[in-house]
Amino acid sequence: MKKIEAIIKPFKLTEVKDALSEIGVTGMTVTEVKGFGRQKGHTEIYRGSEYTVDFLPKVKLEIVLPDAQVKAAIEIITKAAHTGKIGDGKIFVLPVETAVRIRTDEQGDAAV
Amino acid sequence: MTQLEAAQAAPLINTGDNAWMLVSTALVLMMSAPGLILFYGGLVRSKNVLATMMHTLVLMALVSALWMVFGYSMAFGEGNSFCGDPRQFFLLHGVGGPPNPNYAGTIPQTSFMLFQMMFAIITPALISGAIAERIRFSAYLLFIGLWVIAVYFPLCHMVWGTGGWFNWALGGTIPVLDFAGGTVVHVSSGVSALVAAIMLGKRMGYPREPMVPHNLVLSLIGTGLLWVGWFGFNAGSAGNAGALASSAFAATHFSAVAAALSWAGLEWLLKGKPSVLGIASGMVAGLATITPASGFVTAPTAFGIGLCGGAACYLAVTKLKAWLGYDDALDVFGVHGVGSTVGLLLLGWVANPAVNGAIATTYRTGGQVISLAGGLAQFKNQLIGVLFTATLAAGATFLILKLVDAVVGLRLSAEDEHSGLDLTQHGESAYND
Repeated sequence: MKKIEAIIKPFKLTEVKDALSEIGVTGMTVTEVKGFGRQKGHTEIYRGSEYTVDFLPKVKLEIVLPDAQVKAAIEIITKAAHTGKIGDGKIFVLPVETAVRIRTDEQGDAAV
Repeated sequence: MTQLEAAQAAPLINTGDNAWMLVSTALVLMMSAPGLILFYGGLVRSKNVLATMMHTLVLMALVSALWMVFGYSMAFGEGNSFCGDPRQFFLLHGVGGPPNPNYAGTIPQTSFMLFQMMFAIITPALISGAIAERIRFSAYLLFIGLWVIAVYFPLCHMVWGTGGWFNWALGGTIPVLDFAGGTVVHVSSGVSALVAAIMLGKRMGYPREPMVPHNLVLSLIGTGLLWVGWFGFNAGSAGNAGALASSAFAATHFSAVAAALSWAGLEWLLKGKPSVLGIASGMVAGLATITPASGFVTAPTAFGIGLCGGAACYLAVTKLKAWLGYDDALDVFGVHGVGSTVGLLLLGWVANPAVNGAIATTYRTGGQVISLAGGLAQFKNQLIGVLFTATLAAGATFLILKLVDAVVGLRLSAEDEHSGLDLTQHGESAYND
């Protein structure tokens, strides 16, 4: 079991979600986050005073999947969130020890 | 005398004039709240929005009280060239239904007193923008209370009061044309704001940390309310509902649009984008610029004055402030001080007797009627008016702030400033979920 954390451009969220649904991913957690990588920030000007805004808005998806599904999910996210421009985001994959569905007490792959 | 004869002998009240002046009075109060409180409130950080609004709200109460007790009398009582007699209209004694022919001959003196009170409220409220986000509330109250007594009431007398030094229509020595308060309101508050901002020092972290307006939408609503209110401010300064009021109304409007265009246009040219705060700031700059000139120029001339005002204020706010390095938090000097100075000086060149016939026939010196139409002579008078106002405002502000600092301390502690004035000065916060 793995957890996929994908940080993507906010306007790509719907495309990524729909693409993941098509390959049978049934759940995800989404958070609005801010951060920067190579893209850096942008400049805002208020009455002539320039401010550099370092942190840009992004969306973070968290998905936990059985090992067999992980490779396909990464491919589909990479494809759907891709624009080719700097700032498209990153995908991290982490091992997950176990999972529990609270309603039924199911454990492991059955719970995700 | 029969009752009929008494009624005929009494000065005649024109109900149309009085209706317009009462509406104008309400419009000028609307400039303070909700106009200025929204405009300023949106520009500060969210931890200081209530305190910033309070800075104007409290003056609606404090200055009104002072005005009723002796302020109106200091401004409009008969006295010397520099100050009216505070005893003449003490507690508004003698201010009632009959008009005061020196000021507005067709409306009750009560209406005139109320109209002028709204100017006395908004003038010090403008200063609060320069010292926002860091002044102790008790120090603010003490400062403004002393400031209106030492600067506003006397200056108002000098420019508009009977026998005032600059009052061209009522026996003054140096005829300064100031229709609705370029010197009295905007130069006085703008220069005092600059001195206060320097004496108080920069906000913690300025200019290293971003101090971004927390809600520009509030500021834009405030801009609209200020603009509408300004029609009362300028057109109401005609003192009646005649042609001069219409002329001032037109001048006011076309200056505001011109300055909006020149500010936003310059910004687009120099910074690549026309900002919304930029066009709003241009509108306010155009209104401040035309204030002294609004009753003396045609609409196209006002448009030209507005273009100059918008450009001058833009450069003052973006270049001059950065170059000199003071922290005038909401640009009171850059917009009101600079704008109105431009308006007063340009007026010296372009004052038009065809718009306001009184300036060609009213001012007398040595038994001779002198025209105050635009030209070098009137430019010099205007310059004296600006310099004197700036000197009085700067000197008095310096002395008052020294005194207030010694008594209660101007600045908050670093910790209180960091937590925000809303919480530390008033025990509240604006946004609670």
